[in-house]
Amino acid sequence: MMKIKKGVQLIDQHDKNYMYGGKFGGNFIPETLKKPIDDLTKLFFKLRKDKKFLKERDYHFKNYIGTPTPFIKLENLTDHLGGAQIYAKVVSEANGGAHKIYNATVHCLIAKRAGKKYIVGDTGAGYAGKMLSMAAKKFGLKCKIFMGAKDIKRQRPNVQAIKKNGAQIVPVTTGSQTLVDAVSECMRYWVSNCDTTHMCVGSTVGPNIFIKICAWSTAQISRELMVQVKEEFGKIPNKLKLLNCVGGGSSAMGFWNEFMNTNAEFIGIEAGGPRKSKLHAAPLTNGSKIGILHGAAQYVVQDKEGQISPTESISAGLDYPGISPLHCFLKDTKRASYVSATDEEALNAYKLVSKLENISPSLEPSHAFAHAISISPKLKKSDVIIVNSCGDSLKDKDIIKSKLGTYIR
Amino acid sequence: MKSKIKIAFEKCKKEKRPALLTYTVAGDNTKKNSLKILNSISKYADILELGFPHNTPIADGGQIQGSSHRSLKNGIKLKDVFQIVKNFKKTNPLKPLILMGYYNLIYQNGESNFLNSCKSSGVDGIIVVDLPWPENKNFSNKCKKKFINFIQLLSPTTSKDRMKKIIKDSHDMIYYISMLSTTGGKLKVSPKKILENYEKIKRYSGKKNLVIGFGITNKTIASLSAADGLVVGSQLCKTITDSIKKRQNPVTKLNKVVYNLRNQII
Repeated sequence: MMKIKKGVQLIDQHDKNYMYGGKFGGNFIPETLKKPIDDLTKLFFKLRKDKKFLKERDYHFKNYIGTPTPFIKLENLTDHLGGAQIYAKVVSEANGGAHKIYNATVHCLIAKRAGKKYIVGDTGAGYAGKMLSMAAKKFGLKCKIFMGAKDIKRQRPNVQAIKKNGAQIVPVTTGSQTLVDAVSECMRYWVSNCDTTHMCVGSTVGPNIFIKICAWSTAQISRELMVQVKEEFGKIPNKLKLLNCVGGGSSAMGFWNEFMNTNAEFIGIEAGGPRKSKLHAAPLTNGSKIGILHGAAQYVVQDKEGQISPTESISAGLDYPGISPLHCFLKDTKRASYVSATDEEALNAYKLVSKLENISPSLEPSHAFAHAISISPKLKKSDVIIVNSCGDSLKDKDIIKSKLGTYIR
Repeated sequence: MKSKIKIAFEKCKKEKRPALLTYTVAGDNTKKNSLKILNSISKYADILELGFPHNTPIADGGQIQGSSHRSLKNGIKLKDVFQIVKNFKKTNPLKPLILMGYYNLIYQNGESNFLNSCKSSGVDGIIVVDLPWPENKNFSNKCKKKFINFIQLLSPTTSKDRMKKIIKDSHDMIYYISMLSTTGGKLKVSPKKILENYEKIKRYSGKKNLVIGFGITNKTIASLSAADGLVVGSQLCKTITDSIKKRQNPVTKLNKVVYNLRNQII
């Protein structure tokens, strides 16, 4: 049976072929990328143990990103639902407004060490692109962002931010014109420019090294949370649930990592798509088969032949047919469980949380809030739910207005 | 027993010219036409590469993406690809044919299942773009057992040590990617430089046939004719795209282009 090892970081629990549990991950890449990926793997291995590098990272996390992000109790929501105590880790307070800043900052630091002057990245909701363009500007790197044409239309505020940061946006018009195509196009660009350019994959997906760097970066979230939880409760509560939306899975990995060997229950919430649609972006919930996508083996929404299927979600950040091999591993080892929330449930959750509380989650974490809202009334006061509020609704203003008629924040 | 691929190279060597390898996508622009194209260009091409399309290709440039897209829109499935091969082989039993594509389709089909279909339809070799060495060891051994060539790829980024190991695990043919690029990129390295790299690899690969691909068109093919073989793909896909736009017959257009390519290297 597949098992998680104790005392070894989850990202390091792969075999010599970089597979987790012998089934997920790996490096299914063109020959041309073997060497750049090998070089990056070696460099990251070195930097992880380099005290100067870690000091540099911590310095920028503190002074640039702004750590720790707040940990707050959602008193009104808790009272309104009358069940578990509901808390939020307000990661959207990080510089730039989402967890993507951790990965972006670390990639820029690595690119500098590798002597690269150019950095490229993919984006769905636009957060990964916005943060990478921000960090690239700060660290003096030239930046290109690949973004699906459909996403460029629906995530205008982030698109404007990317441009303001001086990065070039490359619209991707192939396929479904969303995140999946942006990642493909970014990889294709890297195949052609890997000698001068560093690539940042925006989530815990892609060839193994990108999964590692991303999860290692977002782990900051749970390092902070561990301290904050112990401060609030004196210990880790016996019945603790950590709820996080999952698209590629980067924020959830960061949110859960430090709690791996505790009793905390992990629940990942995928994008179920519109209620009446057959399309979704929830490979774990809907029992999709293992396939190869963007260089890694993972559960992926696909047809019998192995063609990647179209997905649909109101949330651009979750609109991805695959899921991190790390989450596949957590699912099959039963360490985490996964459910999905529909577009409508996410919208309702956004509305309720924004109305009752001082925070206003974007449509991605609204999926996680939807699940919290649905399970909380059945739980007791001794149950603690913490939701990772990893994005702010401002970027979804247009979508929310068109769906609900009004936008509140 | 000598493979048909090996025999094709030997024939070209006797004629003191490089082998001409073409790449087209199965089902582009229709199922019928792609078979007609194979039949027609096989008069001038020595080895035919046939792509089985995938909708998330991470190493293909715009032209081949376009061909794959057309083919998938036509509803082409793997079974159709094998049907095309089978029909082609009925009339051209000796002409070597290599399938090329991405691993997920093979994985979903099942490696053994896939190889059985290759065998029964007459496929001579396989190129899997995203299954590099050493990850491909298992599958390439399975191919060998079925007397199907597994074609290893080398790129300008491949280190010398790695190159030696890959060559050791290769079969009758090795594919050298001319430059850092997706398929169909503009040749951004001089033919001289490409041939220099080619000669370096040749020192280790000895008698194994080494072909060069990526970025080769009728404009550049002659300058690379010192190689054992040359692959032209994107230019052919573009020819199909252009002929559809101009409402011309892609089969006759492609025949002309491949005829010209052949004339450049004899």
